[in-house]
Amino acid sequence: MSTGQEQRTIRCLVAKVGLDGHDRGAHVIARAFRDAGFEVIYSGLHRAPEEIVQAAVQEDVDVLGISILSGAHNTLIPKVIEGLKGYGAFEDTLVIVGGIVPDEDRTALKEAGVAEVFGPGTPMQETIDFVRENVQR
Amino acid sequence: MSEARVDDLVGGVLDGEHRALARTITTIENQEPGYRELVSALHAHTGDAEVIGVTGSPGAGKSTLVDKLAKTYRDRGLSVGVIAVDPSSPYSGGAVLGDRIRMASNVGDMDVFFRSMSARGQLGGLSTATGDAITALDAFGKDRIVVETVGAGQNEVDVVRTADTVVVLVQPGSGDDVQMLKAGILEIGDVFVVNKADMDGAATTVSDLREMLHLRDGSTAGSAGHHGLGSMADGTDDADDDEWDPQVVETVATEGRGVDDLIDVLDDHYAHLRETGELDRRERTRYAEKIRQLLRADAAALLEDEIDRHGGMAALVDAVQARETDPYTVADRIVEPLADCVERD
Repeated sequence: MSTGQEQRTIRCLVAKVGLDGHDRGAHVIARAFRDAGFEVIYSGLHRAPEEIVQAAVQEDVDVLGISILSGAHNTLIPKVIEGLKGYGAFEDTLVIVGGIVPDEDRTALKEAGVAEVFGPGTPMQETIDFVRENVQR
Repeated sequence: MSEARVDDLVGGVLDGEHRALARTITTIENQEPGYRELVSALHAHTGDAEVIGVTGSPGAGKSTLVDKLAKTYRDRGLSVGVIAVDPSSPYSGGAVLGDRIRMASNVGDMDVFFRSMSARGQLGGLSTATGDAITALDAFGKDRIVVETVGAGQNEVDVVRTADTVVVLVQPGSGDDVQMLKAGILEIGDVFVVNKADMDGAATTVSDLREMLHLRDGSTAGSAGHHGLGSMADGTDDADDDEWDPQVVETVATEGRGVDDLIDVLDDHYAHLRETGELDRRERTRYAEKIRQLLRADAAALLEDEIDRHGGMAALVDAVQARETDPYTVADRIVEPLADCVERD
């Protein structure tokens, strides 16, 4: 009968989308989220936007963290967000992006619905704190 | 959660909305207020799904096999729900749920509803929410529900109390492995799968298993052969015929080999359960266990309140430590009001 049972666990999907084989960052963040007490579902490599959407909807995640280092973020990320909207799942999913995203692309991504973009060198704690403060439910 | 919200979710699940099903399972997992009403309302709509539990040691190929099982069921026109449980960290409570990575065959097919679950500190191989999540998937209208346990060693046998048919995966190549299985997992399997059957030592593992299951060479082809021999005696229903002979199936899950055979055996087992009345018995046992489990939790919650009324656990421990009282007296005093209520009638 500990209070831990009633405390809501933050569920998070760490996703790799498109032709991008760099998963070290995704692994590191998955582990950091685990150690922060989150439940992390890892998508595996080379996922299509529809797969990410399917996973995010079925797993009912609070946070969708997309790791992308291929440069295709302007194409792929809006597709994921549109897919989430199709299931009515966008409003209460916090979408964050990690990886190599040039500064000039960030505004457009945020307008599309990305809550924050975390570049190389972001301290782990900063990302975790951001998630804790901005989770929707 | 408001009553209207519960009604919304129940309506959504019964209408086949994926989002409502996903949110229902989350509500159950978090034991959010209203979750009991939610599961209560769904119960009336259940009873149509066959539940298959898959267990076995870590790395035996459970997730890959479950993926291929789901794919093959889909090819046969059935809808599938999957619940995959992974362990949670004993330190942070967090978890990395990696079973979904193997679900490559069912990409883009929303009629395979795959849900990862953390064990949330439970040790039996499942989480406390698994049973209620199955209720949700059943009410949603899934034909088959596959439950994949935490990679299990010896005593993670909760799955028996949850599934109609229990599949135990065994890795080839080590007799020690099979020896280890003797007490515990070997007892719970209705069907044994020697996965990675293309590996060295698979044949030995299969024969070791069959030996241990008291199967003779002649009776391994499935229950059809067994009954065929005794067709004259079909009318007699002695105890031996009621007993299911555990079957051994070989698969190579990565290639999908043997999965059709496995499904045939699973169907045989389910038919056997139905014919012998065992299905009914198992369901009754399951509900009795569920009611007891709920009562234990509810009674424990009442006792927690009672402990608070006595000044909290710390104060009670202080008194015991100072030898002013003892644990038995304390327990008697706390349980007294409950006992009074029970004995009044």
